[in-house]
Amino acid sequence: MKQETKQSIREFLDLYWTMFKIGICTFGGGYAMMAILERELAGRRKWISSEELLDYMAIGQITPGIIAVNVSTFVGRKRKGIPGGIISTLGVISPSIVIIMIIAAFLVNFQDNEYVQHAFAGIRVCVGVLIVNAAVGFIKKTVVDLLTLSVFLCIFILAVFTRIETVYFILGIIIVSVILTLVLGERFYREPRKQPESDRNGKEVKS
Amino acid sequence: MSLLLMCMEFMKTGLFAVGGGLATIPFLYEMAAKYTWFTGNDILTFIAIAESTPGPIGINMATYAGFSSFGWYGAILSTLSLALPSIVVILLVAKVLDKFRTNRFVLGGFRVLRPASTALIAAAGFNVLLTVFFDVEKVTFDMIGTLGAVFTHVNWLALLLFALLFVAIRYIKIHPIFFILISAGLGILLKL
Repeated sequence: MKQETKQSIREFLDLYWTMFKIGICTFGGGYAMMAILERELAGRRKWISSEELLDYMAIGQITPGIIAVNVSTFVGRKRKGIPGGIISTLGVISPSIVIIMIIAAFLVNFQDNEYVQHAFAGIRVCVGVLIVNAAVGFIKKTVVDLLTLSVFLCIFILAVFTRIETVYFILGIIIVSVILTLVLGERFYREPRKQPESDRNGKEVKS
Repeated sequence: MSLLLMCMEFMKTGLFAVGGGLATIPFLYEMAAKYTWFTGNDILTFIAIAESTPGPIGINMATYAGFSSFGWYGAILSTLSLALPSIVVILLVAKVLDKFRTNRFVLGGFRVLRPASTALIAAAGFNVLLTVFFDVEKVTFDMIGTLGAVFTHVNWLALLLFALLFVAIRYIKIHPIFFILISAGLGILLKL
């Protein structure tokens, strides 16, 4: 019994520390964070699948609040239930609180400093690499047939060339999906079976 | 008393700002107009700092706003207040979702939402790359016809760093934090 609580506390601390590190790595916002989550949680630790991460992000876009907080709560809940959702979010926001307070108190003009600007030019390149790398991984997993390819291209082009807010993309896609489900039925909503290596099943058994 | 009021305001922001950190900005301006905690000018500082520090932009802005209004406990309370509604909403949504995992509308929805989310991430990557590789302010639309003119504004150093990192990140499986630190160092060394 005591061993169990010890194990549980260790898992909560691990969750907090993992999300703390992810908070530090998130330069920019939700998309940068998705890149880190994909690499650390889906890739290395296998806490969740890439598909689940994308689901969380889509829901996070249309539910109230900061997307990063929404996704963190989802991730933590999946890992350790409701307390996990809370701990995970606290982990992600902790570094912000500490770093911003230090800057606000002592380094008000820090972003005007020449070295800081060069450092951030470098960091921007790195964030770009992380996001592109994650995008390539996600494309391999989610763009599997003509339907998903056309959805991907449509949204990509709209997102790059128009200023439409993301909320409307997601809501639009949901309406399309409801119509397709009604019209096409199973042919639409049953995913085409991928190769047997599909890691999703393996994870289902584990959890 | 006004500390409580601030908590309420940030909870309201967390509950009604849909679509990420930048969606909280109008709420901050509303607070600036209604109370004396910070001014519209301060908000510009919040945005500038929030974008160039680690952490989600919305959280960073809330921390800064709370700090400049009420000091360190203001910072902690404003941030927690902003996150609280999200946590509650998501925990509820997750519960409902568990129940309807096999519903055909949910299955169908996720089937197209996943490539859509992927497209949004890819578009974000594309936009970051544009600003990294080109001095975007200097490239204008009438230059696009004459490719040569565009190429004079390419940031070759950034392009090289990108290529190196892109390869390194695939083969070296360390925490991304190290890559970020290395790139920050290279940014200073190369005067990117």
